[in-house]
Amino acid sequence: MRTHFLSKAIAAVLAAATVTVTVTAHAASVELLNVSYDPTRELWRELNASFIAQFQKDKGGVTVSVKQSHGGSSSQARAVIDGLEADVVTLASYIDTDAIAQRGLITGDWAKRLPGNSLPYTSTIVFVVRKGNPKGIKDWPDLVKPGVEIITPNPKTSGNGYLTFFSAWGSVVLRGGTKAQAVDYVTKLYKQVPVLDSGARGSTVTFVQRGIGDVHLAWENEARLEVEEAKGDLDVVYPPISIRAEPHVAVVDANVDRKKTRAVAEAYLKYLYTDAGQEIIAKHHYRPANEAVLKRNAGQFPALRLFSIKEIALDFPDAHKKFIAEGGVFDTIYKPRNR
Amino acid sequence: MASVNRRVLPGFSLSLGYTVFYLTVLVLVPIVACISKASTLTLDQFWAAVWTERTRAAYLLTFGTSLAAAAANVLLGLLVAWVLVRYRFPGRRLMDSLIDLPLALPTAVGGLVYASLYVKKGWLGQYLVPLGIQAAYSRLAIVLVLVFIGLPFVVRTVQPVLEDLDPEAEEAAASLGASRWQAFRRVILPPLYPALLTGFALAFARSLGEYGSVVFVSGNMPYKTEIAPVLIVARLQEYAYGEATAIAVVLLAVSFAMLVLINLLERWSKGDSAHA
Repeated sequence: MRTHFLSKAIAAVLAAATVTVTVTAHAASVELLNVSYDPTRELWRELNASFIAQFQKDKGGVTVSVKQSHGGSSSQARAVIDGLEADVVTLASYIDTDAIAQRGLITGDWAKRLPGNSLPYTSTIVFVVRKGNPKGIKDWPDLVKPGVEIITPNPKTSGNGYLTFFSAWGSVVLRGGTKAQAVDYVTKLYKQVPVLDSGARGSTVTFVQRGIGDVHLAWENEARLEVEEAKGDLDVVYPPISIRAEPHVAVVDANVDRKKTRAVAEAYLKYLYTDAGQEIIAKHHYRPANEAVLKRNAGQFPALRLFSIKEIALDFPDAHKKFIAEGGVFDTIYKPRNR
Repeated sequence: MASVNRRVLPGFSLSLGYTVFYLTVLVLVPIVACISKASTLTLDQFWAAVWTERTRAAYLLTFGTSLAAAAANVLLGLLVAWVLVRYRFPGRRLMDSLIDLPLALPTAVGGLVYASLYVKKGWLGQYLVPLGIQAAYSRLAIVLVLVFIGLPFVVRTVQPVLEDLDPEAEEAAASLGASRWQAFRRVILPPLYPALLTGFALAFARSLGEYGSVVFVSGNMPYKTEIAPVLIVARLQEYAYGEATAIAVVLLAVSFAMLVLINLLERWSKGDSAHA
């Protein structure tokens, strides 16, 4: 008896769900869900508004709305894998987009589908220091000088965290250092990190609100916001070399085909590459893919050597495996030796 | 209908059916899912995931801080419950409702506030840090925030029992020549044992699973202040679902064993106080 009741209840719930879906599809309106990472809220809010206005002007009659979802990049990817119906994903790293592709939700050579390897913008890791840079921090080696406290999130749980690690590693091996010197450098560096916050925003709170640390290694866009908001109490320092962070965008094939939203989802991502889209991206301190737009905003994007992940590993997943994952270089740093 | 199971209220089979259904859906299915995910690993993989120097340090920390916090809560909770039940003073009602606040507050808020208070430049930290007391980003910080989270459990389990306790029993003890300490230990405390144990178990279990507040105060330093749930999140970051659930299964198993043990203790103490 109870199983019968249970199956009826499940059927009713499913029926209700189907009805909602059909209703939205029949009205001439499309709703997209963009699943993104934490600090991009303001960026997508402005991009969405701009895209919707443009789309409705071009294709009158179809109303579009875009919902945003934000959170830690890899937990967002897991949500999509577990069934969150994202039409597009705009996550912090290739690792997370690729994990979704590995489960068959994004198909084929997805990174090749959009210009510039599906990267409408890139970013990097820079330094934020206290007013006037009292510890004289200019470059990576300055971080490990005695008495410098470093704030950066946990590489194990945060995108900002592992990008910091990759940057630190690259700053040694790409400037003539050996692997052993690189291990030595990152070991020293993480010994000077008093708190490993679980995410990028947590580190910002530790550095800004709690006043802990001399330097904060953060996403470029976060660093710029942080300094703007501190109104003179903090400064950005650009090291001569840092990682090129690659937040890819992709249409989630399995979801858009089921929801019949592919055309709009593709138009949405293409819009990011238009001049209007690129200008919004630059305004929010992400480095636009379009050279002309980047040049127009050169004042806010100082030149530095942005090295590719391919210079220190095969790709992002390989680097993560080598350096961060269980048994990687990061794990050896904290191993207690003489306690 | 001349059944031996005849009850005053009808509907035993229906209510049992619902109980089993809810327990299955809410508790059993997730646990089974967790175990089945972990069982996708081979025994070697499982062992490699759950038994490393780092996970051992994390288990020790998680269970150690939870035990310490639950023990502190038993003392503190008993005191608070005693004051609330036995004395009448202005602001008592307000104090009484304050007790439940940690349950309502998102624990991340608790963690953030505690960390801000105890850092070098915080309201309390500015006095404590010069004395060498690091109550933010340390093990002490974890215990403090767990005490905060677990307090209502002890107070709320002890309070009703204390209310039922007849003050005349203490007066009788006093008139029979018992000292204050004897009266407390032999007359007041024994009936409270089961409630104290329940409160302890609840606070302890609550602390084992706590993540939101602890990540903000602990500093998450591997081997030192990294709790086991942080390791689970770290493994999820690698999309190593099997390994992540393996650690969860270990936590589940140990917690379950400890709760069973506490339940047994509780039953034993009830029997003990009944014939005492």
